Amino acid sequence: MRAFHLSRQGKTDLTGYVFILPNLVGMALFVLLPLLFSLFISFTDWDFTRGIGNWSFVGISNYVEMWHDEWFLASLKNTCIFAFTVVPVTIALALVIAVIIDKYCVAKLPMKLAMFLPYISNVTAVAIIWIMMYSPWGPFTQFVQLFVKNPPQWLGDPHWALFSIIVMSIWTNIGYAILIYTSAISGLSKELYEAAEVDGAGAISTFFHITIPELAPTTFFLVITTMVNSFQIFAPVQIMTRGGPGTSTHVLVYYIYTAAFTFYRMGYAAAISWVLFLILFVITMFQWHGQKRWSSYI
Amino acid sequence: MLKSYHLHKTIWRVFWSVTIGLFAFAMIVPFLWMLSASMKHESDVMKLPIDWIPNYLYFNNYLNVWHIGREAATNYHFGLAYFNSLKIAGINLFGAVFTSTLAGYAFAKIPFRGRDKVFLLYLATMMVPSQVTLIPRFVIFNQLHLMGTHWPLILPMLVTITGTFLLRQYFMQVPNSLREAAIIDGASEFKTWSSIMVPIATPSMGALAMLDFLWNWNNYLDALVFLSNWRLYTIPVALTNFIEESLTEYGLLMAAASSALIPIFLVFLFGQRFFVKGIVAGAVKG
Repeated sequence: MRAFHLSRQGKTDLTGYVFILPNLVGMALFVLLPLLFSLFISFTDWDFTRGIGNWSFVGISNYVEMWHDEWFLASLKNTCIFAFTVVPVTIALALVIAVIIDKYCVAKLPMKLAMFLPYISNVTAVAIIWIMMYSPWGPFTQFVQLFVKNPPQWLGDPHWALFSIIVMSIWTNIGYAILIYTSAISGLSKELYEAAEVDGAGAISTFFHITIPELAPTTFFLVITTMVNSFQIFAPVQIMTRGGPGTSTHVLVYYIYTAAFTFYRMGYAAAISWVLFLILFVITMFQWHGQKRWSSYI
Repeated sequence: MLKSYHLHKTIWRVFWSVTIGLFAFAMIVPFLWMLSASMKHESDVMKLPIDWIPNYLYFNNYLNVWHIGREAATNYHFGLAYFNSLKIAGINLFGAVFTSTLAGYAFAKIPFRGRDKVFLLYLATMMVPSQVTLIPRFVIFNQLHLMGTHWPLILPMLVTITGTFLLRQYFMQVPNSLREAAIIDGASEFKTWSSIMVPIATPSMGALAMLDFLWNWNNYLDALVFLSNWRLYTIPVALTNFIEESLTEYGLLMAAASSALIPIFLVFLFGQRFFVKGIVAGAVKG
């Protein structure tokens, strides 16, 4: 009875694949297959209401059309402004605060926890709170009114709506960056700092010449994750402004959502989602290479 | 000289503790205001200057949100949404931790052929934003007649690539000799996994559980697309639905937001040691 005989390696192979089977199935069904399908329909004019199979190939016209579509251009611009403001401000501020907390503060933990609360808060609840914060009688407006006579109608003003969402997003994310930074700082070697102190380096000089370079890998990690998340901004826009006023807060994921589920233009929406994917891919690759160079540089 | 150095240092400590303390306080002001507004009469919410501590406590907003002692006036059932959110996040958490621990172990410790190639594929898909697969997932669940159920929010979430990666990194640090000894003793691979490896990996599994819970708890876009009626709503969609129905009732809105946030805050504060470790562990350098 040796009909079903497996070699030792064969047995190992079988066990290995059995262990990863649930993951493989999940990934194939909900990532790989959808990925291919989404690429496919991005080259069609598919309208969901016409049902599956009722699509015709339109070549790359979806990908061409978007560059003449002012809604797309506005959402691309707004998403970039959003990400390239939120990420640097959040990370720079978080780094400074983390260093100060680590070096000077008493009650480190309660401070970190307080600043971390927004990050674990439900996105919708946060949006509700900030709609109220930005209302004329809300605390944010009241605070600004201490310095400015006529504060703008934050979310209702095309010049300030995106800014308002940026402020809220920094508030949401900064606690996470602070937490990651403080735990990275506590892992830095004390000798470097002692040597710097012996050499008579001041706090500012130590910060720029030791802390920033030593924390470069953490910074890269944070830049990648917050950048990728920022490019996917959706919930606050959908809840607070619906992309408005005008196109002032229209962002890529919101456009994907409305194109697909309001206008049923699945092909066009899929094409935009692939552009988003491409942007994230380039950012990640860029930062990955940057990280390698930085690490060897240090 | 030395004394002035210490004095100098103390002054800085006090200065920065107060400054950062004020900043931290400013960051929780929105939550304090939410709590304060949630316990006010509708007419007092908009009163200026802001009454931070109302001179009465008005719990009717909460009773209304939770439909305690009255009939549900709208299709708005906060208790049900809470249950749905907990149910989905709970199932997904257990599923994701199970599949990730299983696959993470295999990728780190079982020398099967093709392992590194499959793992590379995994890493590549980590970059795919969920919006790219959203429309196809919508089509798939529509074809499977699973719209109108919670499955579209559960099935794809039972497997997480980030989680698999996290657990794989953890198992990489476990010495190979541990597995080899168990195998030589005649333990099967599954037995080795379940009785030796899983117990060692509990910190990492806990970390993943925390992250996974947060991901699901905040999953808004999928819920918006896949959940079509109020019986299925999770907290994020139930809240937005509530905004549309009672935008002018700020006290009510704030009571709803508080109800969504406060229990999570309490769990977080009590379990913060575990939680913080989890979040930081999620930040593995990849």
